[in-house]
Amino acid sequence: MHRAFCWLLAAFLALAAPASFAADLAPLVRGLGAGSYAETEKAIAGLAETGDPAVVPVIEALQAGDLHVRKADGAVVVAKRAGNGYALTDPLTGAALGEADRNAVEKIRINNALRRTISATLGALTLMSPDANTRRQAAEAVFKSRDANALDALNTALAKETDARVRRAMTQARASVLLAGDAPDADKIAAVEVLQERGDQDARALLNGAANTGSDAVKDAAKKAIASVEQRLALWGAAQNLWYGLSLGSVLLLAAIGLAVTFGVMGVINMAHGEMVMIGAYATFLVQEAFRQWAPGLFDFSILVALPVAFLVSGAVGVAIERSVIRWLYGRPLETLLATWGLSLALQQAVRSIFGPTNREVGAPSWMSGAFELGGLTITYGRLWIVVFAFLVFGALLVALRKTWFGLSIRAVTQNRSMANAMGIRTARVDALTFGLGSGIAGLAGVALSQIDNVSPNLGQGYIIDSFMVVVFGGVGNLWGTLVGALALGGVNKFLEPYAGAVLGKILVLIFIILFIQRRPRGLFALKGRAVEA
Amino acid sequence: MLKTGFQSGFKTGRTLAAAAGLAVTFAAGFAAPASAQDTIKVGILHSLSGTMAISETTLKDVMLMLIEEQNKKGGVLGKKLEPVVVDPASNWPLFAEKARELVSKDKVAAVFGCWTSVSRKSVLPVFEELNSILFYPVQYEGEESSRNVFYTGAAPNQQAIPAVDYLAEKEGVQRWVLAGTDYVYPRTTNKILETYLKSKGVKSEDIMINYTPFGHADWQNIVADIKKFGSAGKKTAVVSTINGDANVPFYKELGNQGVKAQDIPVVAFSVGEEELAGIDTKPLVGHLAAWNYFMSVDTPENSDFIKKWQAYTKNDKRVTNDPMEAHYIGFNMWVKAVEKAGTTDSNAVIDSLVGVAVPNLTGGYSAMLPNHHITKPVLIGEVQENGQFETVSKTPGLVAGDEWSDFLPDSKDLISDWRAPMSCGNFNVKTGKCGGKGS
Repeated sequence: MHRAFCWLLAAFLALAAPASFAADLAPLVRGLGAGSYAETEKAIAGLAETGDPAVVPVIEALQAGDLHVRKADGAVVVAKRAGNGYALTDPLTGAALGEADRNAVEKIRINNALRRTISATLGALTLMSPDANTRRQAAEAVFKSRDANALDALNTALAKETDARVRRAMTQARASVLLAGDAPDADKIAAVEVLQERGDQDARALLNGAANTGSDAVKDAAKKAIASVEQRLALWGAAQNLWYGLSLGSVLLLAAIGLAVTFGVMGVINMAHGEMVMIGAYATFLVQEAFRQWAPGLFDFSILVALPVAFLVSGAVGVAIERSVIRWLYGRPLETLLATWGLSLALQQAVRSIFGPTNREVGAPSWMSGAFELGGLTITYGRLWIVVFAFLVFGALLVALRKTWFGLSIRAVTQNRSMANAMGIRTARVDALTFGLGSGIAGLAGVALSQIDNVSPNLGQGYIIDSFMVVVFGGVGNLWGTLVGALALGGVNKFLEPYAGAVLGKILVLIFIILFIQRRPRGLFALKGRAVEA
Repeated sequence: MLKTGFQSGFKTGRTLAAAAGLAVTFAAGFAAPASAQDTIKVGILHSLSGTMAISETTLKDVMLMLIEEQNKKGGVLGKKLEPVVVDPASNWPLFAEKARELVSKDKVAAVFGCWTSVSRKSVLPVFEELNSILFYPVQYEGEESSRNVFYTGAAPNQQAIPAVDYLAEKEGVQRWVLAGTDYVYPRTTNKILETYLKSKGVKSEDIMINYTPFGHADWQNIVADIKKFGSAGKKTAVVSTINGDANVPFYKELGNQGVKAQDIPVVAFSVGEEELAGIDTKPLVGHLAAWNYFMSVDTPENSDFIKKWQAYTKNDKRVTNDPMEAHYIGFNMWVKAVEKAGTTDSNAVIDSLVGVAVPNLTGGYSAMLPNHHITKPVLIGEVQENGQFETVSKTPGLVAGDEWSDFLPDSKDLISDWRAPMSCGNFNVKTGKCGGKGS
């Protein structure tokens, strides 16, 4: 009997508790829409103090920008786009509150200071979340906010935590809170050790703070820790620079590899090469627009579809240019230079007239955005894929030139035109296709560059000089030279930049190339034999 | 075969050119006197091709719209306005040539144009020599004052300094990265800011200055450096005077490397709604820009302006930006001054322009000051997900443009007043003489 009563009571409490909480929370939630940033901040603090998990969705909605004030009665509601108006729901209960016109609600605005408060509050509130990932993010948020109020919650969460990674994050967060607050020295020194083990830039920031403000013992410990962290960071910094060099090198390689075909193999000084890259980037834009229009769910694949499209479009433009202009100018480098330069201006202006002078937005698919940490290295996915892509294109081109009938014809025609002609190769056609191949590869580069640069009519101009430098430096007519040249120039540039700055770095690289070409006019890998004289 | 083709092409070309030349002479001979009586010509000097076309084409369109509207209202002094558009093609010497053409050949009453400081410097002697009027609509580095130029964009004290104040006061920033493109505007602005910050007690080790070439595309290690600089235990912010095309890769890299506005905010002086149109702004929410106008400003004048602009361009997604507002203000000032003077004569208009006040788009009035700069409110905005800015701070009153910065040793004693008794662009208050540092 007694027991049954207890159960009843418990059940009753369980039912009643959320209701009563909601009643307490409602006025606090209403305070979020009071108007000024300061009042919103106060309301968030009030909500945080309740420690009630029910406020988490409310604050998350505020963070996402979904919280609105209904102008009619000042109620705070979650408003989501539905057709022309908004569908309203209650932020606490999730109950539907009907629809509203766009003008009937006003968004609750947040600024950077509020965003910080929000992530700190969410961090403290979600430390006990059942999801390990959420708990880890919460710990990271507390680590950043150094919010002393989160210490109790952190201690409770830490006592219960079983997941090793989350535990480590929480220990670090606790160290950060302790070090920033006024804990006893012994705790602080322990915290310094935890941070030293973490050893990244955030840890160094905290330790730097401690080294300036704490007691002498803490200061000493912090200074020692900083020295060790900095040593570690310097090592990783060198590795990071190497990666930047590789990444810049791969971009140069992509931009130059098409030119290695048109200029290197065919000997055409093609000033319109950059515009082929630009056309590839615009093809990517058009493909993405099509995806946005008809298949927004498949947006992540748009880049993959853009690759063949860009190749074909740029290639076709290349073939057209070869047939209409360049074939009349073989063996006349000066005229070729002027004609292709004029073509590049014409193409730029044509694109400007069609698409407008402003930048076009090319989105990054989800698998190309963001970064991951590898030890102390930060590697962005976009750059990683570009490195991979550059080497794939290089490999494919190498195979195409060495192992296919088409490649054989190209080599035959460039090495000895009349002989090739006599052997029954239609040299005019091979010329056109070779130029198309080089242009198509430039189009592929455009797809990759659209991810890291502006898609504007001027896109190509930024790469034309660099591309020529790479091809000339590597040795005209040698694909491997282009590879080594691109990577070397990228590496040297990134090695110089931290010391000389970006502007001087670029100048130094130019001087280096001039001196190098003085010593070895044919570049790194000079072709030998009769082909050179032809 | 080919040769003859070229030759005959060449010949026809020459005949055509001759014919065209003849036609032009005829047209000019008959049309010029008639149009001189019926219309007032207004020159538009913005690049429609080349690297600056991205920014300047819009300004040409907005001028055409303003002129069309004024004509609907009956023009000026009972005459219709006639726009004369030329394309200086982002080529600085060509700017001077085209300016000369506008003033001496087309006899325009005033010119609206230029974007980069170097183009303005290149046309300045032309306007002074021919005594004509130029309205310059873009924020710039100051340190210049000319009787013939009216600066409707922001001077450094109308943009850079309020932005830095906002970061220091509201965000508690103590460490500063001054990042810019390597040319005159960023270098001068950063020099002013450096002196200003030091006067506020910021130590030199808390200021990092970085310059990059035009169109810099590889920001990996600079962003990494900024992150490193920001990990010294003090709140850090980036003040960006990065110009034009280099911004997109810069912001993309910031987003990719996870530099969030909550941790290291970036405040930019050259990034407006047009520039953001080319980027996915989701990772950039919260980064800042300082301008005198945002498209998101909620005033009746502004929504009217946006409506007209989108109707004029027949594109309901077109954005408006700060230099467009500057042209709107400058054009209305010119109309008002011409009506006040009763003539389009340069000297009369220059004199009557000072003191003219017209409504701006942010709900107030902007007035032309004796130093040929205008009063404006300063707005700080945060980037939103939709590529717009949301105003987070607005100066309580209007800020008067200060052409000679108080924070540079060369110019702190200089003032400019183009009204009658003084009529001097660089009056030195210490020596009491006109002509301190040359303009």
